Amino acid sequence: MNAIADSRARLVMLGVALVVLCLLPAFVEKYYVQFVAKIMVMAILAMSLDLLLGYTGLVSFGHAAFYGAAGYVLALLTPQYQAANFWTSFPLAIIGAGVLAMIIGFFVVRTSGIYFIMVTLAFAQMLYFLFHDTKIAGGNDGIYIDVRPVAEIFGWQPFSLDDFVHRYYVVLVALVVVYLLLRMVLRSAFGHVLVGIKVNEHRMMSLGYPTFRYKLVCFSLAGAIAGVAGYLYSVDAGVVNPEYLGWHLSGAVMMMVILGGMGSLVGPMLGAAVWLLLELLFQGMTKHWQLLMGGFVVLATLFLPNGLIGLADIVSRRRDTSDGHD
Amino acid sequence: MTEVVLRTAGLTRHFGGLTAVSGVSLAVRQREIHAVIGPNGAGKTTLINMLSGDLPPSSGRITLLDQDITGLSANEISRRGVGRSYQKTNVFLPFTAFENCRLAAQSRLPSSMRFVRPALAHRAVNEAAEKALAAVGLRDKAGTAVSTLSHGEQRQIEIAMTLATQPKLLLLDEPLAGMGAEESVRIVELLRQLVRDHAILLVEHDMDAVFALANVLTVMVNGTVLETGAPAQIRASKQVQQAYLGAEEGA
Amino acid sequence: MDLYTFLIQLLNGVQYGLLLFLLASGLTLVFGIMGIINVAHGSFYMIGAYLAWSLSEHLGSFWIALPAGIVLTVLLGMLLEWLLIARLYQRDHLYQVLLTYGLILVFEELRSLLWGDDVRGIGIPGALSASIPLTETLSYPVYRLWISGICVLLAVAMYLVIQRTRLGMMIRAGSSNREMVQSLGINIQFVYRIVFAAGVTLAALAGMIAAPVSSVFPGMGNQVLIVCFVVIVIGGLGSVKGAMVAALLIGLVDTFGKVIHLDIGGVKVLPELSSMGVYLLMAIVLLWRPAGLFGTKP
Repeated sequence: MNAIADSRARLVMLGVALVVLCLLPAFVEKYYVQFVAKIMVMAILAMSLDLLLGYTGLVSFGHAAFYGAAGYVLALLTPQYQAANFWTSFPLAIIGAGVLAMIIGFFVVRTSGIYFIMVTLAFAQMLYFLFHDTKIAGGNDGIYIDVRPVAEIFGWQPFSLDDFVHRYYVVLVALVVVYLLLRMVLRSAFGHVLVGIKVNEHRMMSLGYPTFRYKLVCFSLAGAIAGVAGYLYSVDAGVVNPEYLGWHLSGAVMMMVILGGMGSLVGPMLGAAVWLLLELLFQGMTKHWQLLMGGFVVLATLFLPNGLIGLADIVSRRRDTSDGHD
Repeated sequence: MTEVVLRTAGLTRHFGGLTAVSGVSLAVRQREIHAVIGPNGAGKTTLINMLSGDLPPSSGRITLLDQDITGLSANEISRRGVGRSYQKTNVFLPFTAFENCRLAAQSRLPSSMRFVRPALAHRAVNEAAEKALAAVGLRDKAGTAVSTLSHGEQRQIEIAMTLATQPKLLLLDEPLAGMGAEESVRIVELLRQLVRDHAILLVEHDMDAVFALANVLTVMVNGTVLETGAPAQIRASKQVQQAYLGAEEGA
Repeated sequence: MDLYTFLIQLLNGVQYGLLLFLLASGLTLVFGIMGIINVAHGSFYMIGAYLAWSLSEHLGSFWIALPAGIVLTVLLGMLLEWLLIARLYQRDHLYQVLLTYGLILVFEELRSLLWGDDVRGIGIPGALSASIPLTETLSYPVYRLWISGICVLLAVAMYLVIQRTRLGMMIRAGSSNREMVQSLGINIQFVYRIVFAAGVTLAALAGMIAAPVSSVFPGMGNQVLIVCFVVIVIGGLGSVKGAMVAALLIGLVDTFGKVIHLDIGGVKVLPELSSMGVYLLMAIVLLWRPAGLFGTKP
């Protein structure tokens, strides 16, 4: 009964949040609209990591690699001084990120525990150096996306990515779609296997599940969704550079997931919002704001292991993990 | 003569310089409970680990219904129809009793790479899970988290999960360990029913249960088979009494 | 490539490898004995280098700066263990990664506050500034040989301490069964504090002795950490022999990769993509031996 009440309350909260997000651009100025859009992009990235971290137990420390890769796909697909087509570049970027994740996953998913953490970081850094040290894509400085993609299909342009409000809504739609997609996947037979793997992989194998395959598919899916976020961010920023692949971002996303509460999808969204707000707050206080971020990370890790959602659960009622997840 | 479901030939396993199991050859027949007994350290768990694919043999062969399954991985062996329960309870503690069995039953789908349909909508899977849960007598605990169940009940879930995979051959590693008297009786009854259309290999220390259930006994000592035969023969065997049963009476 | 150039690159590769070994052994020590993964390990390499630079300037001599830096790092390590690391013991590796990631951010900013963001350099200390002449034009710096020598000395010392002393026995026992050791009255808290301090000091020491031959710059810690991870993945966690083999392998591959010219089908592979070399190596090892060349799956 708790689970039903829980999910009903959650549904109401999400509904309210959705309404607020839909109406936001009508009530606030450009700066805040773009800031919230940035939060939503990070929320997509954080949810994709939660699939790995919170549901499958794969601690990937190189997740930003797939985020950055999608951005680079867009940059490379954009001809100089011309626009790429949104309807082709977006799917290509997502597929590119997913395929990259599948390739890297093929190597890393065969490891576990500490090894997995180390090799995901190592491969992400390999990509970082590939883009940083070579001329493939502008090296250290990155590539500018001079002209934003055009969303033209059969002569009709439903929206313009040059308009920051249109960009906002594109991101919002993407966020909702990704959320619903992940909910569906997690409810499916596949999703249940993932959670089983997290709790007791050995038993899953002895029950007949070839767990490597499932982890690899999960890793690829998470990478593809990270690509969604990477593409959208690059469209907004107009530039891609190697830092998009870097481990500062990978670490930050991990923090967002934990901060919000991993294994809940909603938690990471919350975590993304809190993290970016904190960043803004600290940046306004001092040039050395990273010191405060770092200190916050240390404290949050020690005192908020179940994140903010976990805190809310302790406060309200004991969570009924009857089917292992929502 | 009923058909042989599982046969091993010269099964051996070394760990560095130590030989845990050496040259074990046995056969488990359909509708038969084949119990493997022996003192601690006799290699029984290593043997079962090789049969379930948790450990590859160093040498020897394992055949399941004329198919060579030597060295296959645990998940491949499970798919061929072998169900294993563990001595150390190996369940999904945060999940409910039902979900434990459901996940086990789901493994029998041709593939779980299904992303759209909710898992709980697979009726056949749900039914198999309910059946397994009922077989061990825990239907009323379906919605309870396994972590809150008693140790004996967790052992029952352990067995239920194995049943939910609808195996042809059951490998049960000390299923009665840590169970109370009432639960033990229930499991013994369950095994009596199961053996009607399964083949069962049982590792157990509970001698009362073993002699009540087993059709064939294999006695292992120091990694090798000391003797194999019907319960009466084993009980009467002088060498078995010397090596093992004598010590067991006092235990 | 002529013989002397080859010799020089070989010595450089070995020296780099030995430094990596020093770093990796610190990380492995902490993980193997305490079960803690410290991603801020690389930060200590940076801290060591900056300490060496700053203390040399203030105290006037590299030879005073070195022991002073070691003492400071040991104290810092013990403080950190007492305050923070001790709370991570029973926690999932995820939380260890996150907390130490937070420490990286903190250390980076502290460094920026204390010593700025510029690239620094230290001169090779006078006593070791000579070079051994090899040919008319080529010579090899004595200091680099000294670095290799120190690393080998430390490796031997580590081996002796862990295998032959009571402290080492406690350390080895601690790694297998914490509760049992505790019940024997051995102060596991103390042992862990020493081990952690030793682990990070090894990293700092590597940074200190490497400083005169490589530049001292803000990102040096993170850069070297990744290579450290690759060493451990290739060598195998918990294996000192593996760490040595892997470190030397990587040291040589990396060094030679930078000087060899290799074109494959018109594509300039080396030295342009030399930094890829170690990752390629890692990928191959992962396919062949996922637990590392000498590793035992934890």
